[in-house]
Amino acid sequence: METLLAYRPLWIVLVTPIAAALIVASDRRPNLRESWTILASVVQALLVASMLPAVLAGEDFELTLLPLASGFDLVLRVDPLGMTFALVASILWVVTSVYSIGYMRALDEKHQTGYYASFAVCIFATMGLAFSANPLTFLVFYEVLTIATYPLVAHKRTPEAVRAGRKYLAYTLSAGLAMLLAVGWIQTLIPAPSFRPGGFLDTSIAPPATLVVLFVLLMLGVGVKAGVMPLHAWLPTAMIAPTPVSALLHAVAVVKAGVFGVLRVTGFVFGADTMREIGVHLPLATIAAFTIVVSSVIALSQDNLKRRLAYSTVSQLSYIVLGAALLSAAGLTASVIHIANHAFMKITLFFVAGAVYAHLHVEKVSEMKGIGRAMPWTMGAFTVGAVGIAGIPPLPGFVSKWWLGIGALQAEGIVFLLVLVVSALLNVLYLFPIAWQAFFGKSERFTRYDEARLALAVPPVLTAAASIVLGIAPAIGPRFWDLAQRVTASVLGGGS
Amino acid sequence: MQTSAPVVVVAILFFAALLLPVVRRFSAAAVYPIALAAGAAAAAVSLWQASLVIRTGGPLVSWLGGWEPPWGIEFRVDHLGAIMSPLVTVVSLIVLVFARRNLGERLERRSHFFYSLYLLFTMGLVGFVQTGDLFNLYVFLEVIALTGYALVAAGEPRAPFAAFRYMILGTLAASFYLLGLAYLYGLTGSLNFVDVAARLAEHQDTRTAFVALAFLLVGFGIKAALFPLHAWLPDTYSYSPSVTVAFMAAVGTKIGAYGIFRVLYTVYEIGTHRQHLPVTEVMGILAAVAIVVGSILAIAQTDLNRMLAYSSVSQIGYVLLGFSLVNSAGITGGVLHVLNHAFMKSSLFMVTGAIVSRLGHGDLRRFGELGRQMPVAMATFTVAALSMVGLPPTAGFFSKWYLVVGAIQAGKWPYVVVILASSLLNAVYFFRVLESAYFTRRLDPTSAYEHVAAIRPLPLSVTAPLGVTAIAILLLGLGSWPLVEHVVRFIVPAGL
Repeated sequence: METLLAYRPLWIVLVTPIAAALIVASDRRPNLRESWTILASVVQALLVASMLPAVLAGEDFELTLLPLASGFDLVLRVDPLGMTFALVASILWVVTSVYSIGYMRALDEKHQTGYYASFAVCIFATMGLAFSANPLTFLVFYEVLTIATYPLVAHKRTPEAVRAGRKYLAYTLSAGLAMLLAVGWIQTLIPAPSFRPGGFLDTSIAPPATLVVLFVLLMLGVGVKAGVMPLHAWLPTAMIAPTPVSALLHAVAVVKAGVFGVLRVTGFVFGADTMREIGVHLPLATIAAFTIVVSSVIALSQDNLKRRLAYSTVSQLSYIVLGAALLSAAGLTASVIHIANHAFMKITLFFVAGAVYAHLHVEKVSEMKGIGRAMPWTMGAFTVGAVGIAGIPPLPGFVSKWWLGIGALQAEGIVFLLVLVVSALLNVLYLFPIAWQAFFGKSERFTRYDEARLALAVPPVLTAAASIVLGIAPAIGPRFWDLAQRVTASVLGGGS
Repeated sequence: MQTSAPVVVVAILFFAALLLPVVRRFSAAAVYPIALAAGAAAAAVSLWQASLVIRTGGPLVSWLGGWEPPWGIEFRVDHLGAIMSPLVTVVSLIVLVFARRNLGERLERRSHFFYSLYLLFTMGLVGFVQTGDLFNLYVFLEVIALTGYALVAAGEPRAPFAAFRYMILGTLAASFYLLGLAYLYGLTGSLNFVDVAARLAEHQDTRTAFVALAFLLVGFGIKAALFPLHAWLPDTYSYSPSVTVAFMAAVGTKIGAYGIFRVLYTVYEIGTHRQHLPVTEVMGILAAVAIVVGSILAIAQTDLNRMLAYSSVSQIGYVLLGFSLVNSAGITGGVLHVLNHAFMKSSLFMVTGAIVSRLGHGDLRRFGELGRQMPVAMATFTVAALSMVGLPPTAGFFSKWYLVVGAIQAGKWPYVVVILASSLLNAVYFFRVLESAYFTRRLDPTSAYEHVAAIRPLPLSVTAPLGVTAIAILLLGLGSWPLVEHVVRFIVPAGL
């Protein structure tokens, strides 16, 4: 039993590929096939949650699986940052699984077996990423994530979808190569690198110029998935994918893998001191600030709801990047907590977008006038999400922004505070009108109550409720707040 | 350690090859089982001797006729032989299983000749990688060449012409080799690898030694299809029977690479006893050009067979680039890639053979819905393709990893760029096939549906070898470190 428990990180990672195999094997029996998805997601979430107390108590789970190359083993380690990401992804996978079934069946989509199997493999890669203990392990799972997401992006098989898939691959594979180069290079500098709070690279290992190049390469690697401008172009295009994919992968798993990578690189490869020394933090913060503002502006002009949400995602992700680049305690805490907060809020919005599309075939913002009368529950959830993203208390967006603001002040970056204010304003402008028009707009079309089926309506309501809880009491439940505090303490407290 | 195992492997194949035409006179049904048994026995013995090399840590030698080297001919299986010999026999066996139902009607009638040649070809290859004698190497080179021409010419109507071209260039290659060998013999008076290496020390940096080296390398360069000596390859691969090409593409060009390794590192001891010679620089540049040009030409093809043929031109570049780096990581990458690419390419060509046998064409633009019609074949193709692109956790990733690290260590940044860029080019042409097979419908709606329905499922004798290669590709990836630690490490000359 003890050994079984000690291998928990491995079980967590392995639940999903096993599920994928079972899904493929149950190709002809849809109900059985979907039960595997649900079962795997619940088991995985429970397993992850079961590790939370130990992680909060400061216990270290480390598991060396097999050697990959000299100096690099495939090692899984559970630390507070990885735990945050794993918790978010696994909890939301449960909800998304239910939603997926509702969505795919409502639309009578084809190729569902491949869809569920790829989805499971994506979660596998996400969990692997969350628990990766060294750069090569990270790279392996990062590439698996790329490949598993590709069929989901191209799922519709239309020429447009196939093109989106190509674009996605072009961006992410190039990013993977940048990362491969960086990791290979690091391997020639130090024998057995592994992620360490406070970083393992410093100027005693390589000259600053080399470190800057390495930093840029790694940032190119993770920045593509994190949607940092100008590497973001794949993200809006990939919105062609079925909505549950956009919801979980393009708001939670894939893009969060990117920002998670940013946090790993800044906090666990370089560390605050080295970043200051080689002077890369301000450029990174500037790019993030630029992304925040510009993508918000672009979001304003999008009529397609999913595209608008995509640009909103691009903008919100850069909050996390900004928080990491500020190198201040409050900023980093805000970053980590925003991984969770944004995930819950944005998945709500995507769930609603999908429900509206699957149920009433509405995908444009301009067609949503009065839709709240037909679908009050889902649009109610949307409103919660919109308010939350805009950062209005008591929703969690406020918590992240507040601390991010304090972080900007701690780092003496008044400019960044200004960026946050402007962006909050823009968020209000691009999300509020949708909610407002949904309930108060005049419409001939939506006159009577016509809510989506339960599998589509319940998940957004649930995640909206969860968002409210996260906003009011960030310290309960999955305790993201405590996890974030621990990450900050370990990274900025001079290492543990 | 003295053992007769290396001779036994060669003898099994040789006598079985002689036996087949005789057996045919009595029982046509017995031909294939005997060929298969011989292939299996050879594979078993060579695997056993490989394990012996790993266990004892030293080379296995057998002195033919009991004559001690340097007077007699010596079979010498060191760590490189311990990789190459099982590689040849195992791939030969896999393709032999595949051959059962893929010879085609015309060849089936004279299958005893085909299998006889096939076993002789295998024998030549095994002898080539096991012999410790330079002239004996030439003998096996000719055995490989002569049987190879016949195996190629057995293909479709244009095959004899391709075989003729292959023969002209092959003869040229052998002549170059023989010339180089004559110089070496004149210089040292010996033919045994180890002995020649020891005697060369006196003649270090003489012009004769250098000229001999150049001749030897050009000879093997043609055999390896190193750009610009690759002209024989595309036609040969396109028009040969699918069985021939599945085996030849796996190991045919590799013997050239093997020869180059032997000349550079066993005989001339470059990097350890001799300074870097300009030949490695030239070879590196040619290899880099081969990688890029091969990939670009592959992108230009619409026929799957030809695409894979050009891809081979590119891939041999990886191997030779690794050898040209003259450092540990580079050689490791090169040797691993010999192994990995053999499995990938035989896998890919077997899939192609299966596709052509079912669709009647290999036009990769017209593979619509193939993913569903031939699930096992396309799944195998996918695994092999991901490996060709170099994505973890497949084998291709790890050879790429060592090559990148080796190039960084050697400070050869242009090569780093070439290796990474080539990954993307590989992605372009392999994902194009995957896209066609999984995401497009049939182009021709009139003939389509009956034809699609008429695709017969592949027999087990085809799906089993495909499955084996796919699994091998994954295992070679995840198990690459044990392989490096126990075998490849000893192939790298001590001191590098």
